[in-house]
Amino acid sequence: MEHTLTSGSVLGDRPRPVKNYLNETTGIKSWLTTVDHKRIGIMYLCAVCTAFLLGGIFALLVRLSLLNPQHTLFGKQWVTAEMYNRFFTLHGAIMVFLFIIPAIPASLANFVLPMMLGAKDVAFPRINLMSFYLWCIGAVMAIGSMVIGAVDTGWTFYTPYSTTTDGAVGLMTMAVFILGFSSIFTGLNFIATVHKLRAPGMGWFDMPLFVWGIYATGVIQILATPVLAITLVLLLIERVFQIGIFDSRIGGDPVLFQHFFWFYSHPAVYIMILPGMAIISEIIPTFSRKTIFGYRAIAYSSVSLALLSFIVWGHHLFVAGESDLANVVFSALTFLVAIPSGVKMFNWLTTMYKGNISFETPMLYAMSFLFLFAIGGLTGIFFSTLAVDIHLTDTYFVVAHFHYVMMGGTVIAFLGGLHYWWPKMTGRMYSEKWGRIATALVFIGFNMTFGSQFIMGGQGMPRRYFNYLDQFQPIHAFSTYGSWVLGSGLFMTAIYLLASLKTGPLAPDNPWGGTTMEWESSSPPVVHNFEEQPVFEHEPYDYRHRTVTHV
Amino acid sequence: MSTTTEVLHQDPHGHGGEHDPHQQHHFTTMEQQFDTSKIGMWLFLATEVLTFGGLFAGFGLMQSKYPMEFIEAHEKLKRWAGATNTVVLLVSSFTAVMAVLMARTNQAKKCAMYLWLTVGCAGIFMCIKAYEYTHDFEEGLYPAKYYSHVGDLIPGSHGYATFFSFYFMMTGLHGLHVLIGMGLMSWLAIRASRGEFSDKYYTPVDLIALFWHLVDLIWIYLFPLYYLIT
Amino acid sequence: MSTHTEHAENPKAETLKYVATLVVLLILTAITVGASYIDFGEGNIVIALSIATVKGVIVALIFMHLLHDKPVNAVIAVAGFIFLGIFLLFDFLDVGSRTNPQPINLHPLPAATAPATAGAPAAAAPAEKKE
Repeated sequence: MEHTLTSGSVLGDRPRPVKNYLNETTGIKSWLTTVDHKRIGIMYLCAVCTAFLLGGIFALLVRLSLLNPQHTLFGKQWVTAEMYNRFFTLHGAIMVFLFIIPAIPASLANFVLPMMLGAKDVAFPRINLMSFYLWCIGAVMAIGSMVIGAVDTGWTFYTPYSTTTDGAVGLMTMAVFILGFSSIFTGLNFIATVHKLRAPGMGWFDMPLFVWGIYATGVIQILATPVLAITLVLLLIERVFQIGIFDSRIGGDPVLFQHFFWFYSHPAVYIMILPGMAIISEIIPTFSRKTIFGYRAIAYSSVSLALLSFIVWGHHLFVAGESDLANVVFSALTFLVAIPSGVKMFNWLTTMYKGNISFETPMLYAMSFLFLFAIGGLTGIFFSTLAVDIHLTDTYFVVAHFHYVMMGGTVIAFLGGLHYWWPKMTGRMYSEKWGRIATALVFIGFNMTFGSQFIMGGQGMPRRYFNYLDQFQPIHAFSTYGSWVLGSGLFMTAIYLLASLKTGPLAPDNPWGGTTMEWESSSPPVVHNFEEQPVFEHEPYDYRHRTVTHV
Repeated sequence: MSTTTEVLHQDPHGHGGEHDPHQQHHFTTMEQQFDTSKIGMWLFLATEVLTFGGLFAGFGLMQSKYPMEFIEAHEKLKRWAGATNTVVLLVSSFTAVMAVLMARTNQAKKCAMYLWLTVGCAGIFMCIKAYEYTHDFEEGLYPAKYYSHVGDLIPGSHGYATFFSFYFMMTGLHGLHVLIGMGLMSWLAIRASRGEFSDKYYTPVDLIALFWHLVDLIWIYLFPLYYLIT
Repeated sequence: MSTHTEHAENPKAETLKYVATLVVLLILTAITVGASYIDFGEGNIVIALSIATVKGVIVALIFMHLLHDKPVNAVIAVAGFIFLGIFLLFDFLDVGSRTNPQPINLHPLPAATAPATAGAPAAAAPAEKKE
């Protein structure tokens, strides 16, 4: 093996291998037929970022539609109500099913998790590739449905509108069905990997917390997604054959659809947030140079969050016609599910306390997460209170709530993880200066866009409404301007990250002084991840014996 | 907690040829690979439980909505056909687990025989179901909006069509799984007769037999709910 | 594959075990079919599903080897059924406890000045029972 460059690792010099997973084999066929989890992770990364761009464009269109109540730009009305309905439906469906559910597990975790365990690959590499292809097929079908007839039901596909409206509901729901299986196979793979492919000597409580988070996510993916699959099949059959399950005119129960739908979709939001929290559990100890506080508490809270997430879905049906008894039960259980999240928040803060903190971009994102997720999570508790929910449900307050947790939580964590592992995946350092500027833009833009929506919602502005009273126009406009700031921050991020591939300085093995096993490989890693099989030697987050100088 | 790093499997194909040809490079032993495959199959079976379970839930909730219609509709299904199918599937589960036993005790011919017997039982199941469906269609017992049976006690109620919608959906989905199982078992039987399975490697037989047992399990619940509740 | 070597050494005993299991399952099937001809009222469904569960557990433990496998497989299997049970439990909780709330605050509409045309329903009457 020729070594021509030194890696300049923080932990000592090691020659950088010339051949790594990126250049070992070349050509598009070698990528499309790969079973290397790192390449699959990179392909997924490109795919979900493309989906994020598409969903983001629809988001900008939604906000632009609402700039003023006349829906005009430069004096001319450019959007109709039908177009608007499609904008928010496609924004939601793309963001939920094509981006946020697969993003962290299939891209970042695919790359990093086997390495954190000291493994050569995931348990079922071919199923990993199949999962990616299923995503692609689902994406093509979803985009096809936009082209053919579009969907205007909202991403929640509530009946009876979804069973009776024109539009490509069938194609879109079948796209989601396929994407569901992509998700199931990802989760299946990670669960098996964590059970059986840990390095010799690594017990369950020696694993990095990122692995715990992804494992808990996999549990939800396995148990919840099949119910979505059958729900969508029933929806399609109702639409085509009118079996009379969801449509009350032919003897069905529309609330039953909501039960079926939310039995998946509530745990789904924990599929979204658990990986984000898992990333934060990695970033904070590394950039505080301090061992994580409450390792077991965080590990247990990940699993309990996964399990508890299954018994609260009825809080989406509080005003839908659910019985009083069920309402009360679900309300109480929803209060319960906030506790594990709170445990994590306090543990992360305590980890930072008296730590040796530095403020690189990943840490800036992690701190943004703490702030934004706290707001998002807290406002979720408002909704579990029945009396408050009646007034706030289906207003912009809930739109703000879920954007704070999904975007302010998961997307922020995703960006943090992307920057954290960028040197490992690409072998390049991004520009820290531009990283900090973009993070600031994202943070400010995000709060402008969605903080204002809390106010609007509290004043009664309903969600998904095309027309609104003039009194809301200033806040709507402010939110739209915020979306431009947010969009520019994200756009800037894409640019400097892509630019780093060409012009960024070469990354050392361990630029941040991380203690988990993936940092023991080269940046980028060799095809088999490690040149020698790692054996578990020290606990993760063990900073006691490190004298780390900063890169 | 050793402080040395082991050099393991640096060159997967060059250290003495000890590898079973079926062993994949990211596993250290065949046993690890086998156990992992089993976990994977059980995870998949859990998803099947929840998929069918959703249909069972829908059926149960619709039954609580239309109790009289569902009871009446039950009568139109042939109990003997359902019972025979139950027996057939139980026997097929037996032949499937025997096939696994034969595979791991190096009795390739018997393994293939039991696999073909399983396929045969599945075929009988499908024939009986085909007969049932044909008979149901003759009486106008179609699903959903095609329901055209006359002589119901509560005419105009949606409950009958809903019952048969669920009946055809669930037995249809189950039948689809039976067909898939038949295909997989046939493929395995051909491989078994070529001597591809032994006590060193019988994973595919074990895993597909697990799938088959689940198909049987689903029918074990389908049968009483549709045929026996009066 | 060492998990099964102790069994593989004695295929005849294994075969006998499977045959016995099949016989038990067939007997249970006969019982459940027989019970369906007797009217236990509400008990019929309980009996039928209980026997089905016993059969299912036997298939899982013996035919699917859960009894002798590593525990993780059984945990996965049980988890699937538990969460299905949760889905059923809460759904029936909701559907079973729904009342038919009537509006409590309705005032009759003021008398219309124009003659009531077709399509101006007297909405003062409480909402009809909606299915």
